[in-house]
Amino acid sequence: MSVAEATTRRVRAPRGGMLGSELKLMLTRRRNLVGLVIMCLVPVVMGVVLWTTGSRDGGGPPFLSSIFGNGLFLILTNLLVQMTMFLPMAMSILAGDSIAGEANVGTLRYLLTVPVSRQRLLLTKFGALVIAAFGGVLLVCTVAGVTGVALFGTGDLLTLSGTTLPFAEALGRMVLIAVYVSISLTAVCAIGLFASTLTEQPIGAAIATFIWVLLDQIFGGLSAMDWLHPFLLSHYWSDWAGVLRDPVDWGGVAGGLIAPLVYVAVFVSAAWARFTTADITS
Amino acid sequence: MTSPSRGCAPRESAVRTFGLTKTYRGGSVAVKDLDLVVPYGAVMGFLGPNGSGKTTTIRMLLGLIEPTAGGCELLGAAMPGESGTVLPRVGALVEGPAFHPYLTGADNLRRLDAADRSTDRGDTEQRVSLALDRVGLLKAARKRFRAYSLGMKQRLAIASALLRPRDLLILDEPTNGLDPQGTREVRSLIADLAADGTTVLLSTHLLSEVEQVCSHVAVMHRGTLKAQGGLSELVSRSGRRVRVDSPEPSAAAEALRELGCAEVAEDLSGATAIPGEQPPEKIIAHVVGAGVPVVGFNVATPGLEELFVTLTGEGFDVGG
Repeated sequence: MSVAEATTRRVRAPRGGMLGSELKLMLTRRRNLVGLVIMCLVPVVMGVVLWTTGSRDGGGPPFLSSIFGNGLFLILTNLLVQMTMFLPMAMSILAGDSIAGEANVGTLRYLLTVPVSRQRLLLTKFGALVIAAFGGVLLVCTVAGVTGVALFGTGDLLTLSGTTLPFAEALGRMVLIAVYVSISLTAVCAIGLFASTLTEQPIGAAIATFIWVLLDQIFGGLSAMDWLHPFLLSHYWSDWAGVLRDPVDWGGVAGGLIAPLVYVAVFVSAAWARFTTADITS
Repeated sequence: MTSPSRGCAPRESAVRTFGLTKTYRGGSVAVKDLDLVVPYGAVMGFLGPNGSGKTTTIRMLLGLIEPTAGGCELLGAAMPGESGTVLPRVGALVEGPAFHPYLTGADNLRRLDAADRSTDRGDTEQRVSLALDRVGLLKAARKRFRAYSLGMKQRLAIASALLRPRDLLILDEPTNGLDPQGTREVRSLIADLAADGTTVLLSTHLLSEVEQVCSHVAVMHRGTLKAQGGLSELVSRSGRRVRVDSPEPSAAAEALRELGCAEVAEDLSGATAIPGEQPPEKIIAHVVGAGVPVVGFNVATPGLEELFVTLTGEGFDVGG
């Protein structure tokens, strides 16, 4: 292959600079794709199991029995299940990989000598993580929604206030809930980003982040530690319930977003302080 | 970090450090009080035993490590303060190649290019192909990096340093892992780049490589700079010796002493000495004139290897 030949060949030219390159790197890793597929299979399996075994007279937990009226409830059930484990774990792995992954293979020193300023690298990495959180949640919710509607139909949605919403408006509420959950997850991204600046072992950073999330949930379940609960992330994870009131309880929902945003501010600052002064010896 | 007064920085230095020092936590001194000067257009061989502080110096030059004291300039700009404007003009290979294993060679270069704000997005493909072609990797451009051999990895790292025109190349052991052909190619590549006016700082432990491509040399030992300057000056300054072969060694040695030569030594077949200021032809004339039977005479210039060993010692000890 000559230079001329290679250069005239039309290639899928990557546009969009560093953030695009970052997202591409994330999406071309087989590990990440497998994880994404598994997360998308959870609502499908859950829907099919409920559809084949569920009695239509109710009797299960309130959310589960509501599915039989409106398939969109599968989105909520799925989020409740996945937020305990899969979604925070996926974000822990991606975030733990962000800086430590580059340090581990040595590409960090080459990125920095390109040059990429350390602030820019950190913000690009965090930006890619936030996009991944929104994208992942949106995809999982879409799969859950499509599965739910296909199996259970598009009946009216029963709100927590006892009124019913037509399908179109219910769909809008679901988007709001997906955004709420995504913002909650950005706090996990920030913790992972910080952990990732402390080590050259991406798995170590990911495990540390996930342990933090697990402890957060364990402490949240101990009534003896109720003084700590307002400071825990998982304490607010299902406060999207306010979206399901009629009218929407905006105050309650916004209150639930304060904690993740504070976490983001604290941990991104810590990551910045650490990463911009660290000696890169990897 | 201290910054030099702008006026006294000689414009002809592509790399300049002043009092550059790095002490790691725990007190081990990696680099001590380094004053390195690489003139514009030079190909400087950066020599030193393993652990002598070469890589730490290179990392400080590139802003990866913060110096404990002192500072450095690349192309007349203070590092790391002006890294954003000066590093695009500097191509670097630091401690071996490092790329994402699951991306192809070309994709790895595209990723680096995407991160570079100084280049034009439109001609990325062209520059990637040219850089790959320059190191002979065009055929392997679509192979994943993990499938590359050590030599191919090394070539890809050199290609990344050539992604855009550079004024300065900092190459840390660029021929490591290359086969003899690859070594020759890299050597001629460096010579070509230098001929185009690119300054090269070449860290290596292959002395033959330095003798073949370098115009200048700097030798480090245990974190300090033992010598730097033009290669031929340094080598010739470091003890040229004359040797007179004679059946009467003591007479030859005596004649050399009369001339004021230093370190006169005699053995079974002749005598050797450091000629000092005396030109060789005058030494021959004097020795013959003194009636010494001379059967052979030569002036031995020690190789770089002798110079290197003189400066850094013989042992296997790795400097702290």
